[in-house]
Amino acid sequence: MMDFINFYLIPGITLGSIYALGAVGVSMIFGILRFAHFAHGDLMTVGAYFALSAVWLLGIPALAAIPIAMALTCLVALFADRAFYKPLRQLPTIYTVIASFGVALIFRSVIQLLWGTESQVYSVGFQKPIVLFDSLRIATRHIQIIAATAVITVALNWFLHHTQMGKTMRAVSDDPALASVAGLDPEKTIRWTWIIGAGLAAIAGVFVGLDTDVHTMMGWNLLLPMFAAALLGGIGKPLGAIAGGLIIGIAEEICTYPILGESLISPSYKSAVAFVIMLLILIFRPRGLFKGRLL
Amino acid sequence: MELSGMLFYLVSFLIMGGIYSVICLALNMQWGFGGLFNAGIAGFYAVGAYSAAIITSANSANHVGGFDLPIVVGLIVAGILSGIVGWAIARICVRLKADYLAMASIGIAEIIRLAVINEEWLTNGSLGVSRIPRPLEDFFTGRESELVFFIFVWIIVAITFWVAHRLYKSPWGRVMRAIRDNEAAAESVGKDVQSFRIQSFVIGAIFMGVAGALSAHYFKFFSPDATEPLLITFLAWVMLIAGGSGNNKGAVAGALIIWAIWSMTEIITQQLPPDWATRSSYIRMLLIGLFLQFVLQRFRAGLFPEKAPKLNVKSHG
Repeated sequence: MMDFINFYLIPGITLGSIYALGAVGVSMIFGILRFAHFAHGDLMTVGAYFALSAVWLLGIPALAAIPIAMALTCLVALFADRAFYKPLRQLPTIYTVIASFGVALIFRSVIQLLWGTESQVYSVGFQKPIVLFDSLRIATRHIQIIAATAVITVALNWFLHHTQMGKTMRAVSDDPALASVAGLDPEKTIRWTWIIGAGLAAIAGVFVGLDTDVHTMMGWNLLLPMFAAALLGGIGKPLGAIAGGLIIGIAEEICTYPILGESLISPSYKSAVAFVIMLLILIFRPRGLFKGRLL
Repeated sequence: MELSGMLFYLVSFLIMGGIYSVICLALNMQWGFGGLFNAGIAGFYAVGAYSAAIITSANSANHVGGFDLPIVVGLIVAGILSGIVGWAIARICVRLKADYLAMASIGIAEIIRLAVINEEWLTNGSLGVSRIPRPLEDFFTGRESELVFFIFVWIIVAITFWVAHRLYKSPWGRVMRAIRDNEAAAESVGKDVQSFRIQSFVIGAIFMGVAGALSAHYFKFFSPDATEPLLITFLAWVMLIAGGSGNNKGAVAGALIIWAIWSMTEIITQQLPPDWATRSSYIRMLLIGLFLQFVLQRFRAGLFPEKAPKLNVKSHG
């Protein structure tokens, strides 16, 4: 039982937290700008590499580098929006999807040019896990990631329900025509969507680097579970996306747990779990668990 | 380079250009005719390549088969299997906005890649399938066999083009365009939007599978590395949009022109000092990404914009 918690459940929640932070952006962009942002995974990679540079240049720990990474990643996202997405805003959104596919490639190739393709780590050395109640062993990085995600969830909830911009965002996501008639400024809403989406993506990217390592394909590989999490939570429902991310992260880890000596699926097929969940959602509950939009 | 060397460089260029032309024509059937976004071309390509490789290669201890069957059988099976995968994914997604199909198709490509790497009994894992035959190999060797293969590929391109052209001009093609441009209007005159969309996705998937099969025969060896999404999915999208989506001539022209640019940049970057040569592939990726943005913003109709065939409507009094 303790093995299950230590080696499957806690890593599952950690992975789920990372998916959750990425999925919030995917869900909000899909809800407000109405397109599936294929460059979101690579935006995470961008954040992770900015943090890596901060760690190298300033000699600070990775966690302290997060604000720098967030700020720079937001600038990158705003620039990408201005240069590549905004010119296509009046067209059918599928053109923006195609553009984001290209932006993903641009992000990745620039990272490969500037930082090289070798895997990097924020800090070397083995961290001793913390032992609670004699048998519960949690790695420090897992505690950090899970606690930070919890704090962010609370803050995001407050932002969406108690600030003017948060309310505007939910309104635009629910009914863009009505929101625009009511005089809400769409471009300003879009800017804030990018700021929040990119900021959380940067945090998620740094967390991936803390949990494993930093490499140029890290974000692209996470795109599928993030899409699945956003769909599971319901498009345009950021808190739903967090729940979706956690469910998918936990499901991926638990599916490899050996029940009766045999694991449900081979660990090499872990990423298929997200895909299967995504298909099931599209077939049976296309609006997600929390009644998101069906676009 | 002497003349015959140049000539054979041209032949090998046209072979790859032909394979990309088939992919582009297939993508045009999905996107150009029906507005269906397929982000998982590499997956269908891999299904086709592996089916053909396993069916036509000689018996091997490393993977299932090979069944040593004729190449034509391999091509047909490649198309059918790829079509079935396309049908399964389209059935689930086409009733939703195009973005969902994009997400699901990128997922299916990912799962296929995982399966290809992990199911060693089927595909020999990352080591790949080798000794895949080329047509008429017993009679021609070396450069002659390249030439034969070149003819073979372009016969397939011609068939694909003919199918695409007939589909485009047919009543079926007209319905597809109507659905693409105004779904509600098409539905209101009684067209079954979903089944038309599924059909166009499946037909495109079949030809993507055939293109995969062609490349397996060309390289005589196929491993998961050859299904790199960047080189298949992404390049095909750039080719189609630059060439002119909706226009079959544009699809072929786009494939050849972009493949020419892509191959030429490789020749140029090979001249660079070794330190830069390794980085040059990222520069190429960056440039192709920027090129796509340029085409999308300034040049959306492509080199050969779509020209819908004239309606032959007789006026009544």
